[in-house]
Amino acid sequence: MEEKNFICTACPMGCKLIVRLDGNEVVQVLGHRCRRGENYGAQEATTPKRMLATTVRARGGLHPLLPVYTSAEVPKAKMQEILAILRDVDITCPVKMGDVILKDIADTGVDILASRDL
Amino acid sequence: MKHNYDVVVIGAGPAGLASAIEAKKAGAEKVLVIERDREPGGILLQCIHNGFGLHTFKEDLPGPAYAQRFIDEARALGIDFMLDTMVMEITPERLLWLSSARKGYFSIDAKAIVLAMGCRERTRPQIRIPGMRPAGVFTAGTAQRWVNVQGFMPGKRFVILGSGDIGMIMARRLTLEGARVESVLEVQSYLSGLMRNYVQCLEDWNVPLHLRHTVKRVIGKNRVEAVEAVAVDEKWQFVPGTERIIPCDTLLLSVGLIPENELSKKAGILLSAVTGGPVVDQNFQTNFPGIFAAGNVVHVYDLVDYVSEAGNQAGHGAALFANGTLAKPQKSIKVNAGKNVRYVVPQFLDPQALKDEAIVLQCRVTQPIEEDVWFEVRSESQSIVRRSDRYARPGEMVSVKLTPSMFDDVLKAGELFLDIYAKSEA
Ligand SMILES: Cc1cc2nc3c(=O)[nH]c(=O)nc-3n(C[C@H](O)[C@H](O)[C@H](O)COP(=O)(O)OP(=O)(O)OC[C@H]3O[C@@H](n4cnc5c(N)ncnc54)[C@H](O)[C@@H]3O)c2cc1C
Ligand code: SF4
Repeated sequence: MEEKNFICTACPMGCKLIVRLDGNEVVQVLGHRCRRGENYGAQEATTPKRMLATTVRARGGLHPLLPVYTSAEVPKAKMQEILAILRDVDITCPVKMGDVILKDIADTGVDILASRDL
Repeated sequence: MKHNYDVVVIGAGPAGLASAIEAKKAGAEKVLVIERDREPGGILLQCIHNGFGLHTFKEDLPGPAYAQRFIDEARALGIDFMLDTMVMEITPERLLWLSSARKGYFSIDAKAIVLAMGCRERTRPQIRIPGMRPAGVFTAGTAQRWVNVQGFMPGKRFVILGSGDIGMIMARRLTLEGARVESVLEVQSYLSGLMRNYVQCLEDWNVPLHLRHTVKRVIGKNRVEAVEAVAVDEKWQFVPGTERIIPCDTLLLSVGLIPENELSKKAGILLSAVTGGPVVDQNFQTNFPGIFAAGNVVHVYDLVDYVSEAGNQAGHGAALFANGTLAKPQKSIKVNAGKNVRYVVPQFLDPQALKDEAIVLQCRVTQPIEEDVWFEVRSESQSIVRRSDRYARPGEMVSVKLTPSMFDDVLKAGELFLDIYAKSEA
């Protein structure tokens, strides 16, 4: 059996979690003080996910960059792939906040959205 | 005298935007926001990461999106904006002197003013790092603006001094952009930012954090070539023999924020020596009637949602003052920082305004207490209210609510104290 240690970030308390795994199966989560922490630990030990916010190149706007973000959390393992795709994006202004810049990035089912008007 | 505006707000960050919106909604007819930048939004425009608006919108937004919602609302309400315009001076009579490239130097006057100038970062002279003065030493916020707004990378190998949130967020951002962050050094024995940022910005990207470490010396003639890091003891004295050279081309400073109060100081507004911001009452009114203050200009917040809330209150007060319905404070109830408390805002309560609205006291603990604690408001001799929590940390602002049912006790007390202490000590 494998044990992994995490700091829970589901709330600012920051409980120290221990997750016991059998292969990729979560056997037990320890150290949490609430249900959210238990779910966080299980997810973190199997498929950790994060929001991603970055910028893409923009032409014709007030600034040379447009800030963008993911419409939902994406697997941590896919971060580099997503960043590589976004490095080649070049958009033309005007853009509205919430506009979809790229759909279903890296087969995650998650869209890349504009963070502001530009 | 004919007034140009009912309420004039200085600064178009989240505090200023919320103040203007609430002032308008509360009945101020002519509301103006003055901003020195070319666009409204304030610091949030460079905070492109997520984590904003969880309280206000129940959504996880990036900084620019949080700001945009307020900008859109302000425009829809018909609030005037004067951009690219710097406020140079204000007077106790609420006259504002402005300067802009287009209009030159000119003045306007207001029935009420809201100060919402935000904060600025501590810089190298303020923390006194010895060594040469090569290029390549910047504040984390300056670097954030370059990288996120202007598209300019200030270096390739970084060391970050200070574990504040901006520094940690920049560590991740620079890594995402392909740079190497060698180390984050923190002089205290605990993290100064949020745990979540430690996990998602440092741990996720394998950036090492060294607590109880600092920069002893910056090395390099024209450009930074390395820094000499050193461990420190409890009194922040260097521990001999622990020196280590870390090669890098850029040193970022994330060593704290100070409220931006040049204007307030010049006008003679009373400032607190602890927060660096104006001393205010529960309407966020300063010692000058009709001049209010909100957001980071009062004290440095860690969550933007609370900045917007403070903006609401200040804007509301300003509108009432402009309409002549806010009575001039007669005397006040002092709110003191008690046991383990660094400061409390507001510092005063106006007894006339203790009516049917609850009041929130915001405070910071002096050092971390990692066990169950009480937050207690009391008179000299008697408890008025207390609530519990599982810890108290300097990085997280804490609030205690006073509800109308407690106002009798508050009035009787004449002076309040806020204490924070471990339950085990009670
Ligand atoms: C570099 C930096 C990064 C930050 N990152 C985060 C973060 O990631 N998350 C978070 O929650 N908080 C962050 N903060 C704290 C952040 O400042 C607050 O969350 C929030 O933006 C404060 O709002 P504010 O309206 O008080 O100030 P600001 O957003 O700073 O707005 C003040 C505005 O006033 C304008 N101004 C100042 N003086 C004048 C003048 N004389 N005339 C005209 N205009 C003037 C400024 O240009 C600015 O637009 C950061 C702060 C800094 C300095
Ligand atoms: S386990 Fe629960 S209480 Fe502990 S940090 Fe996670 S969410 Fe917060």
